[in-house]
Amino acid sequence: MKNDIDRGPLFFRDRDWHPAAYTPGYKTSMTRAPFRPLVALGSTLSEETGPAFGHTMIGALDNNLILNFTGQPAIGERIIMHGRVLDENGRGIPNVLVEIWQANAGGRYRHKKDNYAAPLDPNFGGCGRTISGPDGSYEFLTVRPGAYPWPNHVNNWRPMHIHISVFGSGFGQRLITQMYFEGDPLIAKCPIVKTIGQEKAIQALVAPLDMNRAIPMDCLAYKFDIVLRGRRQSFFENRKEGL
Amino acid sequence: MQKLDYLKESPSQTAGPYVHIGLTPNKLGIPGIYPTDLGESPIREGAKGEQITIVGTVQDGAGMILRDALIESWQADAEGIYPGNDPRGAADPNVTGWARIIADFDSGEWTLSTIKPGRVPFPDGRMMAPHIALWVVARGVNLGLQTRIYFEDEDNESCPVLQRIEHRPRVNTLIAKKTADGTYRFDIVLQGENETVFFDI
Ligand SMILES: [Fe+3]
Repeated sequence: MKNDIDRGPLFFRDRDWHPAAYTPGYKTSMTRAPFRPLVALGSTLSEETGPAFGHTMIGALDNNLILNFTGQPAIGERIIMHGRVLDENGRGIPNVLVEIWQANAGGRYRHKKDNYAAPLDPNFGGCGRTISGPDGSYEFLTVRPGAYPWPNHVNNWRPMHIHISVFGSGFGQRLITQMYFEGDPLIAKCPIVKTIGQEKAIQALVAPLDMNRAIPMDCLAYKFDIVLRGRRQSFFENRKEGL
Repeated sequence: MQKLDYLKESPSQTAGPYVHIGLTPNKLGIPGIYPTDLGESPIREGAKGEQITIVGTVQDGAGMILRDALIESWQADAEGIYPGNDPRGAADPNVTGWARIIADFDSGEWTLSTIKPGRVPFPDGRMMAPHIALWVVARGVNLGLQTRIYFEDEDNESCPVLQRIEHRPRVNTLIAKKTADGTYRFDIVLQGENETVFFDI
């Protein structure tokens, strides 16, 4: 399992590509953003190594959000969400844990703090997980989540989205992001989306409809590749002090 | 000119208020999907080393304690070897190294019970002081925050990472304070006067 994919120093994060910490359009960030500059450092073994997860821990229905809560099908538009976990070098990353969570088809989360008027679906729990295959590929079967209102400015609505948590091979690659859906007019209006400054970066989170992967008379599909920090490969790395 | 064809890392988005649905559904009260939540403990019975417990909170710039923070920790074994893909060899089989820790839904306090990690080399060969790497996410945090727990009763002076912190009094924000034998306190402050040092690493 050890190979050059899970060795080597991590590429530096492009902090202009990621959202800034302090983004007044998203009010909660205003008291939760560090004000002082981050202490910048090249990666060490503490970031280059990371937890490993085995395929054996994954249950047969873990990546099937339509059935994994009660065994009875959840209500909603059936979709396949699929893609690859890649690094910035374009290589698929195998054996990484991908976890997702989302609102139900009406836009309601199974959470005591969510009191939106849309009803809970008794057969929808809202989470799933899988482990990427040898080429980094992953897939989930779920329902398309509904848009929902949230308290920020008076009339803010989240576009349809699926939350995604992903591990790489190093703890420094750890990432949480969200997948949006092609054509959703709420994407351009969302303060959380707009924490990302560059339009190209926003578009990197919008999954296109994938009719090649759709199953006729059954479900549509959306393709979403997840890219994690790359690693440098060089014989000129890790010189001892004084060399 | 040729085009540099690297991909760009997926931009981060906040974990939001409902992160527990995805990452600790059992603790939230959604049982039955997974048998247990992942990352319950970074060690198993029989792990070598000094048993320690670290207790803390995550506080925002208004002095409020977060009830919705989620932290993950990653550490070496007592000899300073990381489990899994450490190029230097195999770690203690009873150390998994990784934990997923949540703030208590009522008090906001979090607890990590583990063993104290050994020293791990910096890329130039000098040794870093014993530390546990943390990754902190919550509603309002747009990109996971990276910090480290060091220990008051270790030699932190020579750690090449701590030496990189120019404003010396801030080093103190990374040092867990001993409250009893084997027990430490480590409060994370996201913003303000005693703001914790966060790394771009
Ligand atoms: Fe959401």
